[in-house]
Amino acid sequence: MRTLFDKSAKGRTAVVPAMPEKQAGDMLPQNLLRAKPAHLPELSELDVIRHFTENSHKNFSVDGNFYPLGSCTMKYNAKVLEHIAALPGFTQIHPLIAQLKNGEQYTQGALQAVYEAEQLLCEINGMKAFTMQPMSGANGEFTGVMLIAAYHKDKGNKKTKIIVPDSAHGTNPASAMMAGYEVVNIPSVDGMVDPDVLEKNLTDDVAALMMTCPNTLGLFERNLPKIVEKLRKIDALLYYDGANLNAIMGKMRVGDVGFDVVHLNLHKTMGTPHGGGGPGSGAVGVSERLVPYLPVGRVEKTAEGTYRLNFDYPKSIGYIAPFLGNFSVYVKALAYISRLGKEGIPRAAEYAVLNANYLRKKMESFLTVPFDRICMHEFVSTPPEGMKALDLAKALLEYGIHAPTIYFPLIVHECLMFEPTETENKDTLDNLVTLMQEFVEKGKQDPSFLQQMPLTTPLRRLDETLAARSMVLKQEEE
Amino acid sequence: MKNPENLLYAESHEWLKVEGSEGIVGITDFAQDSLGDITFIELPQVGESFSKGQEMGTVESVKAASDIYMPCDCEVIAVNEEALNNPEIVNKDPFGNGWLIRVAIKGSTDGLLNVQDYAGKCVH
Repeated sequence: MRTLFDKSAKGRTAVVPAMPEKQAGDMLPQNLLRAKPAHLPELSELDVIRHFTENSHKNFSVDGNFYPLGSCTMKYNAKVLEHIAALPGFTQIHPLIAQLKNGEQYTQGALQAVYEAEQLLCEINGMKAFTMQPMSGANGEFTGVMLIAAYHKDKGNKKTKIIVPDSAHGTNPASAMMAGYEVVNIPSVDGMVDPDVLEKNLTDDVAALMMTCPNTLGLFERNLPKIVEKLRKIDALLYYDGANLNAIMGKMRVGDVGFDVVHLNLHKTMGTPHGGGGPGSGAVGVSERLVPYLPVGRVEKTAEGTYRLNFDYPKSIGYIAPFLGNFSVYVKALAYISRLGKEGIPRAAEYAVLNANYLRKKMESFLTVPFDRICMHEFVSTPPEGMKALDLAKALLEYGIHAPTIYFPLIVHECLMFEPTETENKDTLDNLVTLMQEFVEKGKQDPSFLQQMPLTTPLRRLDETLAARSMVLKQEEE
Repeated sequence: MKNPENLLYAESHEWLKVEGSEGIVGITDFAQDSLGDITFIELPQVGESFSKGQEMGTVESVKAASDIYMPCDCEVIAVNEEALNNPEIVNKDPFGNGWLIRVAIKGSTDGLLNVQDYAGKCVH
């Protein structure tokens, strides 16, 4: 793959700008001028267009291909959601206007959208209030843990630890550490949090338990009520990593179970394509006792039916994001919820779970499925002894299917984690099953069949080890 | 690769070689093999003290990042710079040149496993 610098030819230009009357050197002191000209590639406009068009064709996306990447919910997002978020009333307002004196009257529609998104998420998740500010899942987790810290500080509780099960998302311990807590990792038993193991680690200085449900094994945690009860006894809070909301939305409300904080990856579950590093939205919902600590400003509905920003929350943890977070992302979530409605939301979750179980049952004849029970939106599996998850993943790329998540979660040997999502039809799932079965059979007879894959992708096997050990982050000038 | 008989082992796949009041700590062949090609190792500083089971470093591979736990109460007296600079030696020679730290042992080594008992822990 050649970069723009590789394609550069001296003197080749796109446009020839008129020479200005004055040069930089005529206006700036000598010590601020470059010693030599900036190293920029020289290309024609057509060269640049072809370069980027060619690269865009190499993009792998849900619009083009099946993407069963476990833990990521790479579902198809309807284009109408983009259309709604792109309406000029949403895109052509300045985010500061609402904060100016009397500025709210010019942004009533946008404030209403924030308010309604919060209300709908409260209803779906059984929480008292939501903040739309966090701009990613990790940002939402951090917000949630900061809210927990603010609660304990306010109550004068001496709390120093947060418990994170080994089947939780990898970002959970990082978020707890960021907020200054010591992380206590507990092992899962039969793929789930075990109340007895939890009990042994429950000391008075435990601030919270962070649970991912369904967990990273794609399993629903069966002991939630028992777990909630245990934490209540020591005034520890319950954090629910809702990144896997896609499996349970409209079916279970985490607030009803007794959780105090939940973050949702709206960019996964509700209408925003992702995978390119953003923008995301990690909206955070809280139970009544955490409302006073939410980030400001809060959008409120007045008695007259208008909307305003309220900054009068003296116990607030402050600002988590500029303005009100990634507005256009949660406008898409609002559009998604409105479009699916009370019937469509649970149906999406049902199809996601059905698709995952269909794949699981079909694949268990040639892959080992370590937890042989109904899974949620995803499941983990292991190839036959001696066969590498990596080789199977690479073979799928050759056939135009994105690899499943491999080697995660760490507690499963040679893990292949599939999440088909609700937007794929039976034919697509069957094609994946047929290919996987064929790979396993051929791989048993001739390991080199898998080891040489992929054959025709733009790049074949990358040397991941060399790339990690000696990173080249900058193109050197020749 | 066989697990040497003269070492003590932790269930979390670290080994300890006791030499008088000092010890050498590394990760086992099973650990390096499960991780795959190691790309980065983070180790404590000389002079730092740890209790048994405490996190003392991280080993990162193309597949995963894993914590390394201290097998006994001790103080770090030397760090294998070669392993930090060329992590692949931990893959190639986990019980030899790929050692990680040298420690002054401060407590008992009870609870660590002998080679026979550790063999039973090397299952995926």
